[in-house]
Amino acid sequence: MIQWAGLAVFLLAIFIAVPAFVVASGRSDLYYTLTSVALLSIASAGVWLTFYIGRINIGQGAFALIGAYVSAILVTKAGMSFWLSLPLAGLFAAAVAIVIGVPILRLRGVYFAMISLVLTQVVTLTALALPITNGAKGITSIPLPGGISIFGLTLIPDFATLENPRLAFYYAACVLMVLTFAAMYRLVNSRLGHLCRSMQQNEELASSIGVNISYIRVIVFSISSFLGGIGGAMFGSIAQSVYPSSFQVADSVNFMLNCFLGGLGYVFGPMLGTLVLYFGWDLLFELGRFQLLAYSSLLIILMLFLPNGLLSLRLPGKKGADR
Amino acid sequence: MSHLLEVRHVTRKFGGLTANSDISFNVNENEILSVIGPNGAGKSTLFKMISSFLPTTTGEVLFKGERISNLKPHVVARKGVVRTFQETTIFKSMTVRESIIVAQHLRARASLAGYFWGSRMAHEDVDSFGRYADDLIEFLGMTEIANEQASNLPQGNLRALGIAIGLATDPKVLLLDEPFAGMNHDETMKMVNLVRKVRDDRGVTVLLVEHDMPAVMNISDRIVVLNFGEMIAEGTPAEIQNNEKVIEAYLGSADDEIGI
Ligand SMILES: Nc1ncnc2c1ncn2[C@@H]1O[C@H](COP(=O)(O)OP(=O)(O)OP(=O)(O)O)[C@@H](O)[C@H]1O
Ligand SMILES: [Mg+2]
Repeated sequence: MIQWAGLAVFLLAIFIAVPAFVVASGRSDLYYTLTSVALLSIASAGVWLTFYIGRINIGQGAFALIGAYVSAILVTKAGMSFWLSLPLAGLFAAAVAIVIGVPILRLRGVYFAMISLVLTQVVTLTALALPITNGAKGITSIPLPGGISIFGLTLIPDFATLENPRLAFYYAACVLMVLTFAAMYRLVNSRLGHLCRSMQQNEELASSIGVNISYIRVIVFSISSFLGGIGGAMFGSIAQSVYPSSFQVADSVNFMLNCFLGGLGYVFGPMLGTLVLYFGWDLLFELGRFQLLAYSSLLIILMLFLPNGLLSLRLPGKKGADR
Repeated sequence: MSHLLEVRHVTRKFGGLTANSDISFNVNENEILSVIGPNGAGKSTLFKMISSFLPTTTGEVLFKGERISNLKPHVVARKGVVRTFQETTIFKSMTVRESIIVAQHLRARASLAGYFWGSRMAHEDVDSFGRYADDLIEFLGMTEIANEQASNLPQGNLRALGIAIGLATDPKVLLLDEPFAGMNHDETMKMVNLVRKVRDDRGVTVLLVEHDMPAVMNISDRIVVLNFGEMIAEGTPAEIQNNEKVIEAYLGSADDEIGI
């Protein structure tokens, strides 16, 4: 019961209270910030899932970049609807993850982490080199998402005709985030989640009981990258442009930090972690050139004293993966 | 009659070291067969090859006439040949019951997607996993610790949990690597009876590696002896106890853990 009540409060907050607050305070820049948080948390959720099979993934920026490019290319070059390009961007990122994942997922610990760290740079360089991605100039003037209607019934309005596309993006990002985390919750509590947990704790033992660990690893990595691709595609659409530098190694590191901060044992960890880290960074802006120093120090202190993340402070009744 | 498990001319080299040299023996259905030998004799290596955790250098292992060596561990487990580990190997942050449920992976009928969407078959599976887990927990006498997290259990229980995880897969052949290690006399005797019960009630063929000689002599139908990677004897406990080569091998070794 408490969980359903919590969910209802959360939905009311993001879909009604936040827009109401923005209107009342006139701070419409908050939409952009919160939209970013929602999208970054989707990509972070993917990273969290790779943590769940015991792999430190510092490569999500690569898949976000892939997603952003795939969607941008489909929309600008093939004239496809953004809403169709979005799942395709995710699927393309997932397919790339399968190809890359088969060899690199055999590595564990720092070895996997180091290789994943290189991925973002590899995708950036690829984007610079390929003709279809338009090199350093990137892809610009991407049209806003069009509408979707079935039998004359408008499901999604054409963003270009809207008075306030920022609000529309905010809603779209929130819907995607809610879907993502609902799916994550489901996944973690289903058999795939249990198998992931067994692999995280002992891969050899998992394979001794018949778990095809290399298969599960690839499945999980591709789901993770699917989420990265979706997040990246949405970002590209909001910015209406994609550059090779749209996602960088630092972004990949942040996706990982979001998970650490929120708590690796809790499905909703990445959401909280992203929110806190994003706002935390902005709040420290006042410190000028000490911003990065203060930010890093705070992170280190937090991780020392809360090794299981912020959600380990959770109130009773709030349920994570670690039951 | 053909044998349930056939080890045929199996050799394993690690660089210049021959850990197993041309080992051949058969295992009959419903048998408890022990593999003994001094430290470093190659017992664990042999078990790892039987369960495909290590490839053989040459030779092969057959299960019901089919080759099971040089495959993947999960493929061999699927066929019904499952190993436990010499080092305590458990799912640390799962409870006993959770571990046993996860270990029933091979009994699942619904697909992973079916579990995600909550198909009827998945629900049936989950119910059946729970019932099977409770049965097994009772069978193993672990009811009291069923909901304890593994990391909180004492060593003796951990060995039992390792075996329980192996058993939960419903194997035809269970390979136990030092199941009595670190147990006192009483615990060992309980475990010996349990392993026998596993064979008698569940029809599981058991191969085990053990250093505890009284326990080995007590439990085994037959014994295979390795020394420096060579198989030096095979026979019933009585035969092995009186085998010259075996006595020599054990007397010659520095450790005197042997009490034949
Ligand atoms: N992965 C490996 N790489 C190199 N050498 C190995 C490897 N695994 C085992 N060995 C060597 O092979 C030999 C046999 O090892 P094994 O673990 O099979 O012995 P064992 O009979 O199980 O011994 P113990 O009773 O101590 O468990 C040893 O000399 C060991 O050092
Ligand atoms: Mg051994």
